Amino acid sequence: MRTALTVLRKDLLLELRGLETLPAMILFAIVTFVIFHFGLNRDTIDGQLAAGVLTVTLLFAAMLGINRLFVAEREQGGFDAFLLAPVDRSALLVAKATALFLFLVVLEVIAVPAFGLLLLGPSLGPALPGLIAVLALGDVALAVIGTLVSAIAVQTRARDLIGPIIGLPLLLPALIGMARGAGPLLVAHGSSTPPGRWVAILALYDVVFALLSYAVFDFLLED
Amino acid sequence: MTTYGRGLRGLSLAAAATITLALALVFFYAPLDADQGFIQKIFYIHVPLAITALCGFVFGGVLGAMYLRTGDRKWDIRSYVAIHMALIFGVATLLTGTIWAKASWGHWWVWSDPTLTSFLIVMLLFATYQPLRFSIEDPERQSRYASVFAVVAGAFVPLNFIAVRAAQAYVHPRVLTLAGGNLPGSMRLTFLVSLVGVVLLYVTLWKYEMAAKSTRMQVRALRRALLGEDSVAPLKRSAAPS
Amino acid sequence: MLRDVSLDVPAGSTLAVLGRNGAGKSTLLRILATLLRPHAGDVRLFGEALPRRGFAVRGRLGLLAHDPLLYRDLSGRENLGYHARLHGVGSERVEELLEAVGMGGRADEPVRLLSRGMVQRLAVCRAVLHDPSLLLLDEPLANLDPAATDLVAPLIGRACGATRVLTSHDPQAALAEADLVLGLEGGRAAFVTSPDQVDPAAVKRLYA
Repeated sequence: MRTALTVLRKDLLLELRGLETLPAMILFAIVTFVIFHFGLNRDTIDGQLAAGVLTVTLLFAAMLGINRLFVAEREQGGFDAFLLAPVDRSALLVAKATALFLFLVVLEVIAVPAFGLLLLGPSLGPALPGLIAVLALGDVALAVIGTLVSAIAVQTRARDLIGPIIGLPLLLPALIGMARGAGPLLVAHGSSTPPGRWVAILALYDVVFALLSYAVFDFLLED
Repeated sequence: MTTYGRGLRGLSLAAAATITLALALVFFYAPLDADQGFIQKIFYIHVPLAITALCGFVFGGVLGAMYLRTGDRKWDIRSYVAIHMALIFGVATLLTGTIWAKASWGHWWVWSDPTLTSFLIVMLLFATYQPLRFSIEDPERQSRYASVFAVVAGAFVPLNFIAVRAAQAYVHPRVLTLAGGNLPGSMRLTFLVSLVGVVLLYVTLWKYEMAAKSTRMQVRALRRALLGEDSVAPLKRSAAPS
Repeated sequence: MLRDVSLDVPAGSTLAVLGRNGAGKSTLLRILATLLRPHAGDVRLFGEALPRRGFAVRGRLGLLAHDPLLYRDLSGRENLGYHARLHGVGSERVEELLEAVGMGGRADEPVRLLSRGMVQRLAVCRAVLHDPSLLLLDEPLANLDPAATDLVAPLIGRACGATRVLTSHDPQAALAEADLVLGLEGGRAAFVTSPDQVDPAAVKRLYA
């Protein structure tokens, strides 16, 4: 646990210094909203369409972060440094997944209000608590699978390509959960609690893949 | 070194016999469907192919887990062959599925069926298996990463079906009703024979490919031992070690 | 690719590994550092068999190789602090080492702004941070001027007391420090002797 915190601190410090990934993710999300406005030729959207647009945008912004997650380790000897230390190797998974989760949270803090402003028809306020719950569960899925896929991809030749093509199908159930969970919330006078079924699916997905990733991660680090 | 060739002839004969029996049943025994007519009989090959493909993927995951546990390369090759056989059966599933869909519903593809959608997602995922494998050069790492993928993707298969089914269960009725209990007797028998035949086919092909790969490895090892390191050209795209 | 390399290194002594680039020196060091898995054969460090017992020995070895293993955007102090925490070492040790190599003043600048010699000094600190009993040194004095070399000598030189495996592109310098010499040629052991029994012609052949 202490190891995971050490690595997490280092990663957050690095991002704060360099400040490349997070701004890019945020910018990408906002530009994508603009693209959707023109592509759909609508001033406002609501309901399931809005949930779909939001989910897809967050997903692709997340992909930017995922691609970069392990690059510094690969290029600046971070893997060796970590492997030489007498520590539990799964701590790297926990640290990276937490870092990615935090990036996603910051992304959403800016992108969701932007979405409310630019594209969403109904008011964001009442939907917010339920939306936060759905997005939080979805972010866990994105973080866990993203870290796993990124660790696999960084060791292959076709680094930037492998990440998304493996990650996207794997994430589909979680994305379905996020989009369908948020849909009923984003309508005028919609409910403020997300449908239980989707919350359950997201939670199940999160638990299964968190455990699975924790179990297999060690094998990815050996040489 | 395990000889995969053992029992192969018996297995092939059993597979061939069962499939022949199944075809006979399909054409002469199973009743003609009132709505869809003759084309409905594709169901007897399509569904067994689907079930076998999905089980093949999960089987590949189990074999991958064995590799991770033991580090013995043979498990990784078994996993590789299982998955790539399952991919072939999966493509056959999608092809027979679209033919059936066009013939009976008038469309090549429908979103309203959860099973089709889940299957497509699984195929999209496993289609990345070979690009992933062959983009890793170090053979030991290749085996390890492929096994990790096989385990995660294998676990994904059931979860994916649950999620997609939940997404569509209450909106559209199930188009494919294949729960065993719903089939009348003659259809059920034909279906079961078909299923057994396709599974036997899968196992037979799996053994054939394992035998071929294992033989090639042994020949190469012998050449290397007798003629020196350089007499054996490195294999290009291959999951088998040297 | 390394083949048929067999030797025993007693505690506290220095093994010099000689050979051309590509002869296998770095590979050997990486295997000893538990970063590479040997495909066949026995490797034992402090009596523990690798790779199975790798986790038991990791805390007792220090690696100094071509890659300094430092993050370019973090400062020297931050980098060393990170490694210190990973190894369970306190920050006083970081300060002590920074002073010892004369980097106290520039420890807060990002590593990418430092000269190669300074980076190498920081890398030395990183390698000895946790007081390892086995030092794996791949060309440790590269990029160091004589003054810097003197500064790092107490940390990684003969006087430090650790068992050392050392490679150098300068065979004479390596021989001067060695208790045991291994010559590597094309991944195989050309010879294993004590330094006074080394045949100069054999050494020349290694680098020919």
